[in-house]
Amino acid sequence: MTEVLSAPLVVEFPFTRSLGPVQSAFLTGLRERTVLGVRTGDGKVLVPPVEYDPATAEELRDLVEVAPTGTVTTWAWNHEPRCGQPLDTPFAWVLVRLDGADTALLHALDAPGPDSVRTGLRVRVRWAAERTGAITDIACFEPYEGEVTEPQAAPHEGEFAGEAVTGIVAHARLDYTYSPGRAQSQYIHALSGRKVVGERCPSCRKVYVPPRGACPTCGVATTEQVEVGPRGTVTTFCIVNIKAKNLDIEVPYVYAHIALDGADLALHARIAGIPYDQVRMGLRVEPVWDDSSKDSRYPDHYRPTGEPDADYDTYKELI
Amino acid sequence: MAPAAHGARDVAIVAFGQSDHRRSTDELSEVELLMPVLHEVLAATGLKTGDIGFTCSGSSDYLAGRAFSFTMALDGVGAWPPISESHVEMDGAWALYEAWVKLQTGECDTALVYSYGKSSPGSVRDVLTRQLDPYYVAPLWPDSVALAALQARALIDAGDTDEPALAGVAARSRTAARTNPHAQLRGSVPHGDYVVRPLRTGDCPPVGDGAAAVVLAAGERARELCERPAWIRGIDHRIEAHSLGVRDLTDSASTRLAAERAGAFERPVDTAELHAPFTSQEVVLRKALRLDERVTVNPSGGALAANPVMAAGLIRLGEAAARIHRGASERALAHATSGPCLQQNLVAVLEGDPR
Repeated sequence: MTEVLSAPLVVEFPFTRSLGPVQSAFLTGLRERTVLGVRTGDGKVLVPPVEYDPATAEELRDLVEVAPTGTVTTWAWNHEPRCGQPLDTPFAWVLVRLDGADTALLHALDAPGPDSVRTGLRVRVRWAAERTGAITDIACFEPYEGEVTEPQAAPHEGEFAGEAVTGIVAHARLDYTYSPGRAQSQYIHALSGRKVVGERCPSCRKVYVPPRGACPTCGVATTEQVEVGPRGTVTTFCIVNIKAKNLDIEVPYVYAHIALDGADLALHARIAGIPYDQVRMGLRVEPVWDDSSKDSRYPDHYRPTGEPDADYDTYKELI
Repeated sequence: MAPAAHGARDVAIVAFGQSDHRRSTDELSEVELLMPVLHEVLAATGLKTGDIGFTCSGSSDYLAGRAFSFTMALDGVGAWPPISESHVEMDGAWALYEAWVKLQTGECDTALVYSYGKSSPGSVRDVLTRQLDPYYVAPLWPDSVALAALQARALIDAGDTDEPALAGVAARSRTAARTNPHAQLRGSVPHGDYVVRPLRTGDCPPVGDGAAAVVLAAGERARELCERPAWIRGIDHRIEAHSLGVRDLTDSASTRLAAERAGAFERPVDTAELHAPFTSQEVVLRKALRLDERVTVNPSGGALAANPVMAAGLIRLGEAAARIHRGASERALAHATSGPCLQQNLVAVLEGDPR
């Protein structure tokens, strides 16, 4: 069995999210070093505040200010902080019920070690030096030995000096090691030898290129290797008029479905070596490999072979 | 036969198959991982793809970072001519629920349900942070073990368990898995060091890849396809608030309510397959489901022995059904969970025909 290929794959995306009025006031408040909660119909104060009562779905708008001090309701010692977490030294994850609140907020607690943390520990907010209107404006919590202030939740208008925060940009990055599996690994290995190798379905006998390991019609594994091409027939095509970002190809150009000789599924590739407005269905083409790059695993494009066009009946089932 | 607890039609699990669950399956694409399992359940029932009335799957593209992997997986079903099909971005247990609803409508008599998960290409602890509240929680990247550890600490503080008791859950599960040829962790497994205290490596599920499939059938069709169908007497799922600080982490109100609605408390069950990826979560579930020592809990080893994310819940339903199929259980409870700290829970009650 051929060696299975793998490659690093990074999925990275910034989600731009708009905020509801309660979330907006809460995050603006954090920027201004104020923690807001929201009061429910039955008088409970939720921190962090939400737009709708999690119990009744009632719309919530009565903002209140709670203290930056509170009590740990549960904790977990994290001796190996992971990427993106609030602290890069060992810390405790904590749920903290702030004074004046009835629910707890998840965050990190900066403490010297697990022996210094317990449920019931008094803590206070440590503000981030630079605050933008995000949950990370709370850098973390820290142990607090000061007096217990009388728990109160004073009504708050939710208005602050400066512009209100109306959205957040949440960055996310996930790292993977991509491995395409058996069939696609073999296909890519063959391409590096400039051969196009598909797989035949043992049931319907169709040859799939590129193979994905299964016949989508019969639902069975395809295992028999079949070399196809290199020549093929354009079954259908389109003319690309908009230049893609980071793509070096001049427009207009032709992108086509090509049924390689011996294949029962058309693959797609660019057509060149012929004016774009002369490409047609039935055009016979062959691959052009990029000789300047040893790493090239795919034909750079396909060009006309000069043969007469294929008869429509020979490829109509493959369109 | 007594009528079904809910719904007009009696529906049963008539076949179950699962892959061997392994730390990594680099040599297999998702469809290559899944296909043998699909063939196994089709062969067990003698059905062909074209005979299946409805197909439903559960998976998440985030696990392996492969966009639209569920459409690729359909290649393994043989979806041409076009089939009646659906997908949930959830554990396959919820795909089974959708298929059960479809069977209740009377539009079909059989359904194929499958799910798969490849956690090996990524870091599942981090991937799962992306399912959390994007405003207040996800920016802190609290990983799945950390959140489970907060729940475990709350249970210890409440006097519901302690670290030796959690180690006992781990040991019992992996000992039970000795007889499960598909399990990833079995036998004597060291309880290990803290991952996020108070949870140790032994309290956490193995990370791995796997797939599972079941066939559902209604009424007489079920008896034609299976000698002893596992009738779904009741099935329900419930969800709690997403904010962890709003919930009582030592209890699972959603599990209890789903169990009530599924009829789980009407008569005792002899077996329970619980989807508790962390030892501490079994403590919560036993309490919510009122399971005592007479009930055999997770004879398969449960998610502590094999936890292919997105399939592990469906496997609980399949394992419970398989015990009924082979006459080892008369009435079994199956549970599946989704979200952090048992946020969402599904409970089904399965029974064999009286003998």
